[in-house]
Formats: sequence, structure tokens, C-alpha cells
Amino acid sequence: MSDDISWYESFWTYLEFAWQDVLDLGVDHAVVVIISVLIATVTGVALGVLTYRTERPRELVLAVTGTFLTIPSLALFTLLIQLPLLGLGAKSVVVALVMYGLLPIVRNTIVGLREVDSAIVESAQGMGMGRAARLWRIEMPLAWPVVLTGIRVATLLLIGIAAIGAYINGPGLGELIFGASVGSAVALNEVLAGTLGVIVLAILFDFVYVVVTRLTTSKGIR
Amino acid sequence: MTDTQDAVAPDSGTAPDGGKVEIRLENLAKRFPGQDDPAVDDLTMEIPKGEIVILVGPSGCGKTTTMKMINRIIEPTSGRIFLDGEDVTDVNPDQLRRRIGYVIQQIGLFPHVSIANNIATVPKLLGWKKERISERVDELLEMVGMDPGQYRNRYPKELSGGQRQRVGVARAMSADPDVMLMDEPFGAIDPITRDRLQNEFLRLQEQIKKTIIFVTHDIDEAIKMGDRIAILREQSHIAQFDTPERILVNPADDFVADFIGRGASLKRLSLSRVRDVELHQWPTVEQGASHDEVNRLLEGSDKSAVLVLDSERRPVKWVNADHLRRAGDGRPLSELGLPAEAVVQPNATLSDTLNEMLSARYSTAIVVDSSNAYQGIVDIDTINETVRSLRRAEQGRLRGGDDEDEDR
Ligand SMILES: Nc1ncnc2c1ncn2[C@@H]1O[C@H](COP(=O)(O)OP(=O)(O)OP(=O)(O)O)[C@@H](O)[C@H]1O
Ligand SMILES: [Mg+2]
Repeated sequence: MSDDISWYESFWTYLEFAWQDVLDLGVDHAVVVIISVLIATVTGVALGVLTYRTERPRELVLAVTGTFLTIPSLALFTLLIQLPLLGLGAKSVVVALVMYGLLPIVRNTIVGLREVDSAIVESAQGMGMGRAARLWRIEMPLAWPVVLTGIRVATLLLIGIAAIGAYINGPGLGELIFGASVGSAVALNEVLAGTLGVIVLAILFDFVYVVVTRLTTSKGIR
Repeated sequence: MTDTQDAVAPDSGTAPDGGKVEIRLENLAKRFPGQDDPAVDDLTMEIPKGEIVILVGPSGCGKTTTMKMINRIIEPTSGRIFLDGEDVTDVNPDQLRRRIGYVIQQIGLFPHVSIANNIATVPKLLGWKKERISERVDELLEMVGMDPGQYRNRYPKELSGGQRQRVGVARAMSADPDVMLMDEPFGAIDPITRDRLQNEFLRLQEQIKKTIIFVTHDIDEAIKMGDRIAILREQSHIAQFDTPERILVNPADDFVADFIGRGASLKRLSLSRVRDVELHQWPTVEQGASHDEVNRLLEGSDKSAVLVLDSERRPVKWVNADHLRRAGDGRPLSELGLPAEAVVQPNATLSDTLNEMLSARYSTAIVVDSSNAYQGIVDIDTINETVRSLRRAEQGRLRGGDDEDEDR
């Protein structure tokens, strides 16, 4: 790098000419994360609801989803692209992200539901609320702040891992981080832009969660 | 008093007892999996319509289990449950529970919905119309002494413990069930509030006349609240099932006598209520009356003071000749004398009344009706006389031996 301009001047110049690309990649990144979080939420909450009251299945689900999280991401990506129907690209990334996102969501769903005061559930039962009504009208709303925290943690986790998806041609800011040829003049700028983009995205998502939490949590339990 | 009920038995054709019994438990038993002894063993019992029946007994004797089998939160291992003659042992439990009010010790209000929606739970399940539900909610809040405008939209966390308890009771009564199950409903509250809630509840019950099963482990609460008390020993074996009077005067065995404990003759005071004793009358004047009028009244009476009432006949002051002399002419009566304290209503127990007198340091208590208008006086002699006659009855029992046992 030349000595006559500082690194941030160089970065600024780079952004001036590349901001449109960075923005597009940021949107792609967000879309991949949102799709993965949605799938992980539906699956994770369902698994939690199905297993929170029975010990064996509960332990099994937590063990399996916990194991997913311990697989190194590069290894998982490499394995997934071997599978038919997946291959290189977004599909494999989404599958991997869903697998990583499951544990926080399943875990918090189970914890949240199990923490609901049994006296409240019993009084609902005593008034003639059936199993489903009890779950959706009493237990879920009370567990919701905990469940939502799980989804929030999963989202932040996936924003980071999604960047690594570029390794198997996944979309998103990872392209900037992994795509640059090491040592080239723009490499530092691209890595910097990609990393900053990921951080900004994380902050934006977190802000959305603050708003969503406020809007979807009853005043009675805030 | 039970005959005035006009509730219709849904399936009265099968009622062998002519519909007078609201709940009948037949050979009810519960054995929890993995336990050698049953928690409830072969319980048979009839709960008459419109009465409060108390289940009382030592911890772990099976009170809660017995109660929860009635609304099938716990499914009985064997035996049958009849509601108004209808066998409900195998009906749809959710449907059954909507006909039975349920209050638990921890209250169990839903923290995430408003007070109004808490109370509206069962009406909503039953598919009532919106306006009907909201009318019912307001009516119930008023019934338990809470202003609907102020409390309807609050959340449970914004209420005091006593208010939550009232909402719990209101919620259990929302769909006007004939039967209420109450498991230590006043357990988690301080003694003063508990006493007030108990009194309020008894007053309410005089109007609503529900059939109530009430669990407690506090014999004093049992005596105060119960039309009948079932004293249970382990596995819900009935040690004695009778009116509080008869249990106190005539305990079936040592277990019952032990459970009632000492101080039984003072406990008996909680059995008699002000309305059961003869009230004395006392000279009274309107607060606008002249001093001369009061003096004349005092001369013509054997009492040393008059009771001053306001225009709605509510007690204001006690005034005697001394007060008049010291005050000089012209001072209104309401500014003289001693405050009219120790005021009780007819449904107060004599034990409460005695308490009021002692804390006001008067030897009389003023009895007022529900609009606080003067009705008469109870004095300490009346209370003493009641204790003596209860004691005489007990001594008669001791001398009389076992031949009274048949009428249990
Ligand atoms: N769900 C359960 N599983 C196993 N055993 C139980 C269960 N519930 C109660 N028991 C047992 O049944 C017996 C009766 O319990 P229950 O709760 O009816 O007592 P209780 O009379 O209400 O006591 P307390 O005054 O302490 O509330 C106890 O020995 C208890 O350990
Ligand atoms: Mg109990």
C-alpha cells in the first residue's frame, strides 16, 4: 500500500465507487438470513412444543441440535454441497444456517414453556381450556419473550456464519471477505467493507427485534 | 334453605336422591403410579346443594387430590362422581370444568391478559356474545367490591394480593356455575385481609348460594366458613362429617378432638353470629337533638349514655350526662362524647365482635345493617352468656356418654 494516502482515505475512495455493490450484497445477506431464521423458527418452535413435556424426546432434540452447532462451518458446507439437490450456492447455505439456528430456538422454546407457572396452566385447565387452547392462549404468550430471545440469538449467530457461505458460492457480504485475492490493493478495503456490513446488519436486526419484542409482548408481563 | 334453589338438574331422571344432593362421591379412590398406598382410598360423601362443605385435615391427607378428582384434573382410579344426579365420571372433562368454578391457592390469574379478559375466560369458551361478556365482567367486579371502571383494564401485576384473590373468585363465578371448588383460596394472604375476604365471601354466598367445596388445613377457617366440615385423616378417610357446632361439641374421636385442639370454647364463639343472639336496645337521638332532650332520655333510662345517630341512622357518638355538663349549651351533639366505635354487622361472629370491643375498649358493640344503619347493641354479658351455654352443652355431652352417637 502506498504511503501517501492513509488506509481510511483509500477505504473511502473504494466505497465511493463500490457502495452499490456492497449494498446489494448486504441485501442478499439479509435475505438468506431471514429465510433461514424463518425456517429454523418454524421447525425449532414445533420441535420445542412437541417435546417440552416429555423427558426423553426433549433430551434427544437438544442433543441433536446441539451437535449441529459443534460441526465446523467449513466442514458442514463442504459436506452439504456433496448432496443431491443442494450443491454449490444458496440452497446449501440455507440448510446449514437452519441447522445452526435450531439449538437456540429449540432450547429457548423448551425453557420458556417449562418455566410457565404450573398454577397458571392448571387454572386454565380447571376452567375447561383444552390442550391446544392452553398452549396457544396461555403457555406460548407467557413463554414468548424467552422464545423470541432464542430467535434473536439465532439471527445474530446466522448473520456471522452466513458470511462464510461465500466459500461455497453463497450470496452475501462474505463474497467481499472471501472473494478478494489476498495481498491485492483492494483486498483490505473489501474485507473491511464486508466486515462492517455484517456488523451494521447485526445492529439493524437487533433494533428490529427490540421493536418486535415490544409489540408482541403483553403489557402484563413486561 | 336448600329447597329454595331452582337450579335444574340436567339429567334429573337418574337422580336417586331427588336432586337435593348436588355432588355425590361414590367409593372414590386415587392411586398415583408407583406408590404403594392410595392417596385417596374409597371416599363416599354427599355434598348438599347450596352449602359450603369444608375439607380439612393434616397436610398430605388427600384434600387437594379429592377436590381435583371432582373436576377431573386428577382422574380417579376408581369410583364415581355425580353432579346433580348425573354421572360425570366419564363425560368430556373440558365441558365439565366449564360448569365448575375453580379457585386455587396460588390464584393462577393469567398475567398476560387484562382483569376483564381473565374474568371472561369461561364465557368466551362458552361462546357468549361480546356485550353479554362485558356486562357480566362489570357485574362480577362490582360483586367482589372492585370498581369496574378502575380495574377492568389493569393487569394482574397491578393489583394487590387481596384484589387478585377477589378477581380469582370473580373469574371462577363468571359463567354462574352451580358448583365451586376452592383450594385454600385465602391461604396466601395476610390474616387481616384474609378475615375481610372471608367475611365478604360469606356475605356473597348468602346471595348466590353456590354448592362449594372448600379445602383448608386451618380448623378456624373451617369453623368460620363451613356449613359442614369433613375432617379427613390420611388417604381422605372421613374422621367426622358434620356441622361445625356438632363437631366442636361432639367430636367423634380423639383424632378429631386433637385436630380441633385447645381453646375449643373460644372457637365456639366463631360459631355464633350477631344475628343469632338477642340484640339490646339503647336510647338513641338524632344528632340535631337538644341537650335537654338527651338529659330527659338519660333520666328515663337505666343506661348511662345515649347513642347519637346521623340523619341516616348511622351511629356517630356516645354521649353521657358528664359530656353534656362539660360542653355547655349549644354545642352540637356530634362534637361531644366518644366516637361510636366497635361497629359490627349481623353476620359478624361473636368472636369478631369480642375483638372489636376489646380493641375499642368498650363493653358494647353497635350492630348495624348493610347500609350501616343502627339496629341494636351486643354487650359483653351476652357474649359471656353464650360461652357459658356452649360450655354447658359440652358438659352435658360428657356426662351423657355415648348415647348421642346415633344422630351423627
Ligand atoms: N401428582 C402426584 N403424584 C404422586 N403423588 C401425589 C401427587 N399429588 C399428590 N400426591 C400424594 O398424594 C397424597 C395426598 O396429597 P394432596 O396434595 O391431596 O394432600 P393435601 O391434603 O392437599 O395436603 P396439603 O394440605 O399439604 O395441601 C400425598 O401423599 C402426596 O404426596
Ligand atoms: Mg393441598
